[in-house]
Amino acid sequence: MGGDIILEVENLRKEFGDTVAVEDLSFHLRRGEILGLLGVNGAGKSTTMNMLLSLTEQTSGSIRIFSMPMPKERIAILQRCNFSSAYAALPSNLLVHQNLRIFGMIYRVRNLEARITELLELFEISHLRNRVAGRLSSGEGTRMNLCKALLNAPELLMLDEPTASLDPDIADKVRKALRRVQKETNVGILYTSHNMRDIEEVCDRVLFIHEGRVVAEGTPAQIVRDSHHGSLEEIFIELARSGKKEANR
Amino acid sequence: MIHFHVIAGLVLRHIYLYTRNAIRLVELIFWPLVDLMVWGFLTVFLRENTTGDFPHFISFLIGAMIFWDVLFRAQQGLAISFLEDVWTKNLLNIFVAPVRPLEYVSATAIVGLLRVGVTLVVLTVVAWVAYAFKLWDFHFLLLPFFGNLLLFGWSLGMVSVALILRWGQAAESLAWAVPFLFQPISAVFYPVTVLPVWLQPLALSLPSTHVFEGMRAVLKDGSIPTFHLLAATGLNLVFLSLAAWYFAFTLRQARQRGLLAKLATQ
Repeated sequence: MGGDIILEVENLRKEFGDTVAVEDLSFHLRRGEILGLLGVNGAGKSTTMNMLLSLTEQTSGSIRIFSMPMPKERIAILQRCNFSSAYAALPSNLLVHQNLRIFGMIYRVRNLEARITELLELFEISHLRNRVAGRLSSGEGTRMNLCKALLNAPELLMLDEPTASLDPDIADKVRKALRRVQKETNVGILYTSHNMRDIEEVCDRVLFIHEGRVVAEGTPAQIVRDSHHGSLEEIFIELARSGKKEANR
Repeated sequence: MIHFHVIAGLVLRHIYLYTRNAIRLVELIFWPLVDLMVWGFLTVFLRENTTGDFPHFISFLIGAMIFWDVLFRAQQGLAISFLEDVWTKNLLNIFVAPVRPLEYVSATAIVGLLRVGVTLVVLTVVAWVAYAFKLWDFHFLLLPFFGNLLLFGWSLGMVSVALILRWGQAAESLAWAVPFLFQPISAVFYPVTVLPVWLQPLALSLPSTHVFEGMRAVLKDGSIPTFHLLAATGLNLVFLSLAAWYFAFTLRQARQRGLLAKLATQ
């Protein structure tokens, strides 16, 4: 992975009163790389993602995206990023193409109608173009959200559990589509998931976060090899059950 | 710098919402029509059962009701538009998009203006047909007061959104309640002199009081009361600045405390 660094996080810390959600996090993401952010519930993944998106302001430390400081250059950065989450939805009372048109306008996407058509085809939901978003299945809704996330051809894409609640067939299609987009556009992707198969299949590199710190880093194969466990899933379970114990000791 | 394509996209979201669903349009005119009927029939009753100059003053009730609705709809434009994004879990998508707070507020203010426009046209026509109250006889003279009501409605809307940002969905009912906190002392249906003397300075510190006093003067004399117009405009500038500051302050606090992320993902 030799692309230039598009996301650089240094000594990131976030406190909520007496609680330290992220303690001292440093990592980077290169252009064209897919970086998996792994951790048990409460590990600090969502807080980290929220800080990268400027939803939450860090207590200390720095975030630089495309060499610009976040949140100071928030608008310029977000224009070149996008995001999709299993926990965010597009308005359920609008049609699929209406939702995409609205966000296409916000991101000032050129040839918007052609772009919408292209993305609906990529995720095999062209037939849902005129369907009310609230009537989509969870798999269809996730794919609509991914269409929105790719509308502006982002250089950095942040995906929060994109395959949560998808059946194995659709999850496989989504993974393949993301891989295809990544190869064609060289987009850098930050990817959180609780699905270890997702991580192994999609991510070039993985960060294990525990209690707001990075406890393991490397390719999925490296992390497994360096640990005394047989798979990422075993490491995950060990972390969940053992508190601060480092996974690759 | 404001990007108009962002504002257009955000406004389009609400236009789609209202044009896709007839119930939404009904909601825009149902309550104002109910209010108009109640105040309209009361006006008819009082007009037929009183003598002297009284009936002239009674017709102010319909004007006051229509004007109050302008203020309420303008405030609702901001508050309900924001809540729509909370209810549909779309807030996260909006706040991680390249949308400046000023663009978001401007878009919701425009939505408020559109809501006011639809309601005002319907109420004006019904007031004319049912009660022979012709608002347009005074339209040029009332226009500056109408503008001032919009500005005050937007100020209250920004404060409502800020309160929801601070207290979360628990503060949702404030989206409806905030304008009514000001109604008793805004002299909407009665002159400010009706209020206790000690309350009158407080009432006169609100732009809405000067608007309603001004409206009554226009309907009575057919001329613009300059003092009330200048007072309403000046006070609006102060209220708008304070509301914008409070909104920006609360938004920043919400980012620091993680409240924005919490509200967007709950």
